[in-house]
Amino acid sequence: MIKRPKKYSVFSLVKNALSYHENWQPAWRNPEIKKEYDAIIVGGGGHGLTTAYYLAKNHGIKNIAIVEKGWIGGGNTGRNTTIIRSNYLWDQSAAIYDHALKLWEGMSQELNYNVMFSQRGVMNVAHNLHDVRELKRRWNANRLNGIDCEWLSTAEVKKFCPVINTSPNIRYPVMGATLQRRAGTARHDAVAWGYARGADAMGVDIIQNCEVTGINMNNGNVTGIETTRGTINSKKIGVVSAGHSSVIAKMADIKLPLESRPLQALVSEPVKPIIDTVVMSNTIHAYVSQSDKGELVIGAGTDGYNSYSQRGGFNIVEDTIMAIVELFPLFSRMKMLRHWGGIVDICPDASPIISKTHINGLYFNCGWGTGGFKATPGSGWVFAHTIANDQPHALNAPFSINRFSSGELVDEHGAAAVAH
Amino acid sequence: MLLINCPYCGEREQEEFTCGGEAHIERPQNPPDLTDDQWADYLFLRQNIKGLQYERWNHAFGCRQWFNVARNTATDEILAVYNMGEKPPQLESNDPLTPCGEPPIGSGNFSTSKK
Amino acid sequence: MRLQNNKNLNQTKRIGFIFDGKKYYGYEGDTLASALLSNNVHLLGRSFKYHRPRGIISAGCEEPNGIVQLELNEFTEPNRRATEIILYEGLIAKSQNRWPSVKYDVGAINDLLAPFFPAGFYYKTFMWPPKFWKTYEHFIRRAAGLGDSPKKDDPHKYEHYHYHCDTLIVGSGVSGLYAAKIAASKNLKVLLVEQEAQTGGAILSSNKHENKINGKNQTEWKHQILDELKKAKNVKIITSTTLFAYMHYNYLLAIQDLQPSKGKDKKNSIRQVIWKIRAKKVILATGSIERPLTFNNNDRPGIMLANSVSKYLNGYGVKLGKDIVIFTNNDSAYQTAIDFHHHNINIAAVVDVRNNIESDIPLKVRNLGIKIYSGSIISNTTGRRKIKTVHIKKINENNVKVLNCDLLCMSGGWSPTVHLFTQSRGKLKFRDEDSCFIPHQAHQNSLSIGSCNGVFDLKNILKETYSTVNFFLNADKKDSLDGKVFESETIKIGKQENAWLINKKNIGKSKMFVDFQNDVTAKDIKIALSEGFQSIEHVKRYTTNGMATDQGKTSNVNALGIISELTGQDISDLGTTTFRLPYTPVTFGAMAGRFVKEFFDIERTTSIHSWHVRNNALFEDVGQWKRPWYYPKKNETMDEAVSREVKATRDSLGILDASTLGKIDLKGRDVSEFLNRVYTNAWSKLAIGKCRYGVMLGDDGMVVDDGVTTRLGEHHYVMTTTTGNAASVMSKLEDWLQTEWPELEVYLTSVTEQFGTISLNGPNSRKIVESLFPDQNFSSESFPHMSYKEFEIDNVPCRVMRISFTGEICYEINILGSYALSLWNKCMDIGKNFNITPYGTEAMHVLRAEKGYIIVGQETDGSVTPVDLDMNWIVSKKKYDFVGKRALLRSDTVKEDRKQLVGILTVDPSIVLEEGSQLVEVETSLPMPMVGHITSSYYSPNLGRSIALALVKSGTKKKGAKLIVPTVNKSIEVEIANPVFVDPGNERLLA
Repeated sequence: MIKRPKKYSVFSLVKNALSYHENWQPAWRNPEIKKEYDAIIVGGGGHGLTTAYYLAKNHGIKNIAIVEKGWIGGGNTGRNTTIIRSNYLWDQSAAIYDHALKLWEGMSQELNYNVMFSQRGVMNVAHNLHDVRELKRRWNANRLNGIDCEWLSTAEVKKFCPVINTSPNIRYPVMGATLQRRAGTARHDAVAWGYARGADAMGVDIIQNCEVTGINMNNGNVTGIETTRGTINSKKIGVVSAGHSSVIAKMADIKLPLESRPLQALVSEPVKPIIDTVVMSNTIHAYVSQSDKGELVIGAGTDGYNSYSQRGGFNIVEDTIMAIVELFPLFSRMKMLRHWGGIVDICPDASPIISKTHINGLYFNCGWGTGGFKATPGSGWVFAHTIANDQPHALNAPFSINRFSSGELVDEHGAAAVAH
Repeated sequence: MLLINCPYCGEREQEEFTCGGEAHIERPQNPPDLTDDQWADYLFLRQNIKGLQYERWNHAFGCRQWFNVARNTATDEILAVYNMGEKPPQLESNDPLTPCGEPPIGSGNFSTSKK
Repeated sequence: MRLQNNKNLNQTKRIGFIFDGKKYYGYEGDTLASALLSNNVHLLGRSFKYHRPRGIISAGCEEPNGIVQLELNEFTEPNRRATEIILYEGLIAKSQNRWPSVKYDVGAINDLLAPFFPAGFYYKTFMWPPKFWKTYEHFIRRAAGLGDSPKKDDPHKYEHYHYHCDTLIVGSGVSGLYAAKIAASKNLKVLLVEQEAQTGGAILSSNKHENKINGKNQTEWKHQILDELKKAKNVKIITSTTLFAYMHYNYLLAIQDLQPSKGKDKKNSIRQVIWKIRAKKVILATGSIERPLTFNNNDRPGIMLANSVSKYLNGYGVKLGKDIVIFTNNDSAYQTAIDFHHHNINIAAVVDVRNNIESDIPLKVRNLGIKIYSGSIISNTTGRRKIKTVHIKKINENNVKVLNCDLLCMSGGWSPTVHLFTQSRGKLKFRDEDSCFIPHQAHQNSLSIGSCNGVFDLKNILKETYSTVNFFLNADKKDSLDGKVFESETIKIGKQENAWLINKKNIGKSKMFVDFQNDVTAKDIKIALSEGFQSIEHVKRYTTNGMATDQGKTSNVNALGIISELTGQDISDLGTTTFRLPYTPVTFGAMAGRFVKEFFDIERTTSIHSWHVRNNALFEDVGQWKRPWYYPKKNETMDEAVSREVKATRDSLGILDASTLGKIDLKGRDVSEFLNRVYTNAWSKLAIGKCRYGVMLGDDGMVVDDGVTTRLGEHHYVMTTTTGNAASVMSKLEDWLQTEWPELEVYLTSVTEQFGTISLNGPNSRKIVESLFPDQNFSSESFPHMSYKEFEIDNVPCRVMRISFTGEICYEINILGSYALSLWNKCMDIGKNFNITPYGTEAMHVLRAEKGYIIVGQETDGSVTPVDLDMNWIVSKKKYDFVGKRALLRSDTVKEDRKQLVGILTVDPSIVLEEGSQLVEVETSLPMPMVGHITSSYYSPNLGRSIALALVKSGTKKKGAKLIVPTVNKSIEVEIANPVFVDPGNERLLA
């Protein structure tokens, strides 16, 4: 047994400082792979880590392996623009995203790991009469669903975010916005690391650099997985591999309603605080916030073709920057410091799949598209329930894979700031 | 940004094109006879291949013609361009070494089967 | 201290500038860095976390420390590297991240507290009390950040420039120039890009006595090649241009600073241009970057990279010190000693970690009488705002020799600049002997040459450049060099010795900086490793190493080396983090180019637009179109104006510019069959001269568009679409025809912009058309509703359709766009007697809602079927198939409790509901179950009350039922009604 990491606090920090930081313990172990587990989670991103965490915590299943092809949190968890909100239109979405938001609100304390959840508010800006109508519809639905949401007039938008250009003479003037004050941002990497540490402390094996190469089945039941580090057996396998969901599904001969697309984002050089909230615009395709380090964090749209190359076209980035400069002309002299791409798995209705499959013991959690980060704890919570009980939680029942046959879709195309 | 060889116009910037997704998905001839699952298969389910994919592109800001492209979605290499209605060409593709194709170390490079 | 006769400078032209409020002078050709250093200003700023005093360490884009806020007000720019700013008269710069001044900075307290701020400390603290994060964050954010964002709009403009060439050469050092010469001689179209204001690369830091090429010193050689290249018509050379992205298919992006020496240009002048280059072949000659050494207190001002010191000396004549110490693990830093020697400046000592130093350059240094401490290290330095002493000791011995010095030149070896190569998806390999990543396999059509390919000595650079470039650009294509190749003398180079960590034992107690700007020390890396962050990506993210504005150009490889030392893993097994674009930061304004303000998005206007503007219309954005919203008269409110327009139309005559509606011309043998497939209803039997309304679905059964289609001839139709969907409908129809039904002969032409459409509505509309076309009969018998005729007006053909979106008699006249304004004026003139009233989109919405007509995108949202819209009548039961039919029969789409279109009447007729309001059956605590929402809502002046349309669960069956609209302040009672409020019997329509 290795020494468990001590509880983090100012005192532990001071104590370690006095010993010149020579005595910090690993936040999680680098375990030997066992032959068999009660459950295997494929994918060590935020959703996979939370799934394992809640399997152990809520359902007492602790003999779990998380297998990750690279390093934990290295996919979309570490590549998103960290926006967290729950102001979704449809009841089904609002319920699951708000459940997640409530978990965010106590996450740092629960994990004893500061994920820097900053409830600085998210504004969704309207630029034409159609936007106003649609955002007001969403605002009213949110209100009645018990989700905090306000409507701001143009003047109130300017007051809440003084750097935004509310001149009536721009091409698509700001005609108002919704504001969710409980929404905000968090430190994305810390979410992965905090849940990893928490899961590890309950006995979950986090196995990095271990790629799944096959799914073993027998008579319609899963029996385990093949990996680059050997066979691992389990009767329950939860796949949470985001952009690569179709690749894993193919190993079990399953076709999913997904397309994997490049999604790009970028940050500026760090500057002193200049924008204190998150601004999202659907119509002109832009969203921006400022990280605690001072970088403007900007998200672009998806490219229009499938790709696993983690790279998109620069034209998409240019379009986003045009929109940013249009809405925030003072940012024109700021500079792009770093740009990257992720692979997002997009469903036809822009809602996720958190579902059983026709193979017993095989579960999929995918299709989060451009907006999965905000759902991280809620997604793991309900997926853990689904795996533990072999039936969905009430919150993810609407997100079954069968909805594509029945037609009962949850069409959230208006949900992201950038069209899918 | 890709460079696409439109069979009608020649090489043009990708910005001039739109992608229509996976190719060779034919609209069923007998919709009334299909189950909901079968209809969903046509409508929504996709292979979403990592590696050699046959897909449809349209020269939307050019000749507006549709055509097919064989592209490796892992590397974005375009391997062939062929007309609508033609059978997909048999190609040697530079497919990923493992299902994900990413090397176990760092995150800089991408590994494919060809050396 | 400035020496005379320097190749980079025009020393006849003195330039004044201001740094931190104080005036200094430099020369034309200086960078801000060289000018400041020549004024003996070393302290330029404070570090990100510990606020330690920092000075310039390099002479290029790798600079982590020397970053300043350039200029004031609208011209200001944060985080500019002093090493890249070309000096100009009147330049104003100030240091960053310090208060009140760079010399006396309150934040320096952090340096004393540094033991409590190790890597990742913020993940472990600031958690209690839970509500306090916002407060902590407030202070953390203010402490973080570097410079200040501009607060005003950018006064400058930017452009994009597209360029195609045979050969793109990146970098104009020895190998880049040589490659350009070879490519030029093969008659290829060549573009040579150099990031600095002057060409030459490493030539700029060379001295004139050594390393000659064919007997010429490097500067003379450069000018000879440049003269040739400038004469060649097929070569273009651009300087001050940084290649920052290497993307798919040899698509590369570069950013060019226009006239950087001019600095503040006039407002609205073009400041930067982004070059978008598509090259057939790319030659990377991007050079290499010297690495710092990692030892205790290696970050003091006055500790610099050895080769950069040579560049300041040889290029700018800046003598950076008089007590100079060199600390190295390789031969290259000895050249700096020789460079100083040529200027008769003595070197106090060279400290070399290696024991056996027998190669040519060190021997030369030794022969000059310079003291070399072999097998030794610098264990510490002192000096608060500038280095004062170094502590030298033998490795594994404890005796420390303290030496005074005012300049410490360090060299930890060289990292080839492989950024662009890896951006292009080329693969690297690690070369152990000198610890560098070098290109291994190119992924695109590119070639790396010179030191970016790991070739560091001049002789081999010349030799390999000649052979590889020739081969790459087709060996068989003869060059005209006639075998005249360039050569240099042979120099024996000693082996480099890795020295990733100078004091390995004392990491915890020392401050050995790896990433200078982000204040990442070797200790931080050690903490990360011991806490389980083993992947290089984890270490990077946990410590923030390499994430500063220099993107780790001097720190990434050192961090790998340290991890390798601490864990015993080979660097080649660690891999690298991703080299991300951009190579150096790129201005947002430049990325946006000219596509801002009036060019942000095109504005589409109809041919009648000028009339609307003259008549005070306010406009609504519908897609890219500007449509008249309403035409307020003096002092009229919007409600008053809209009510007037609505009433006038029902009472007498309204006129609408409907030109924005999409119009698609369909011709060919199989148009009728085609329409049968794409619309839900049947088309084969539509008579020529008749119009029919159609609803178009996706194959998921959801409504995507609607409009009226008119049969002009046996094989000729014209279809109208909604304004917003015109392009997507056209694309989808082409898609079906080309890919699914190629057997159908149908030709599609978008004619939206070819026609102007004037819609005359109201009981008196017939009077207008009768006056416009006096010979024609417009009675309902001869020209009934949903029919079409073609007439002429002043010899101009017009298509006249009797169709209606208001419920009134309506004639839509389509005329060639260029005549539309004249026809509009004619209508206005004739209509005077009938109180003709132009109305905008708002009145149009009210009129159609009164009649219960839907708008796609308002009553529908992608989840609504025609059955939901109570339009069963338009869904053919006879057709075997049409797009969307099968999906209408799915288990969810056949449900009876789906949301369905209904009318809504408020119990209090004066209340106009807000569009987007939600409907509930009973008010409960939250969450409150909702049964639908209001899609459209207006005050109807004709009914004298409010009306609304809504989608309500099982709505069609619930006519008369009461619902509640809970608003923020009150609950409003409403009743489900029939959605047709005006003229349900169509008497007015068909009159």
